[in-house]
Amino acid sequence: MLLGPALAVSATLFALGVLGVLLRRNAIVIFMCVELMLNAANLAFVAFAQQLGVAGQIFVFFVMAVAAAEAAVGLAIILAVYRHRHTVDLQNINLLKG
Amino acid sequence: MDGTRILFGGFAVLAIASAGLCITRRNPVASALWLVVTLFSLAALFVLLDAQFIAVLQVLVYAGAIMVLFLFVIMLLNLGRAGPTDLKGPLGLGVGVLLAGLLLVQLLVLRQAGPAAGGPARATAEQGMIPTVARPLFTAYLVPFEITSLLLLAAIVGAVVLAKRKL
Repeated sequence: MLLGPALAVSATLFALGVLGVLLRRNAIVIFMCVELMLNAANLAFVAFAQQLGVAGQIFVFFVMAVAAAEAAVGLAIILAVYRHRHTVDLQNINLLKG
Repeated sequence: MDGTRILFGGFAVLAIASAGLCITRRNPVASALWLVVTLFSLAALFVLLDAQFIAVLQVLVYAGAIMVLFLFVIMLLNLGRAGPTDLKGPLGLGVGVLLAGLLLVQLLVLRQAGPAAGGPARATAEQGMIPTVARPLFTAYLVPFEITSLLLLAAIVGAVVLAKRKL
């Protein structure tokens, strides 16, 4: 019933997340945009689950577990980077650039 | 039915608007708080899509735990003030908007390929309730569920190892 509108919202949120990742330089804000993309995918799962059975909602559960693990490890990495470089601006973190 | 659609539209607009504000605010704290608004509106959308249990999880895990972790790290690194803008220059801006717009068009076209709208609508009143979600979770999906605990354990150990100054 609401599948079409829900998928449109999901697509918009995902594109906004991609836009944020491409536009921002602050590592933490980029990380938040990744979370936004995961949530857009969750919305698509839930929208399909309404039509095709409850398995989609279980996938959302797993996506949330992975997102929680990813947030913990990612923020620890950002903390470690900040301790070395005293910045989270990705412009200044270019050690691998030849 | 009509009220559901109106509520859905309202929360959808709220989610998209606050996501837009989230990716454009200079201050990381403001960004995080707008993301919390997006997550709450998504929880409301989940309720409207018959996924009440997932909506509760969304509020508890995302808006509660994960965003607190983000805000905590922002405060810990003392990034809570609006610095000079960290948006990329005009070239990066143009390329970013172009790529994101292309992706949006592709996703909206892909929407046509979904299952037929008049398919078997199995939405019952209890679809998103805890028993309906929990039964397959602990039978058909038991092994992935248990592996999730291993993943979380690895994440805990990894976070401690990375964030500790000296082991």
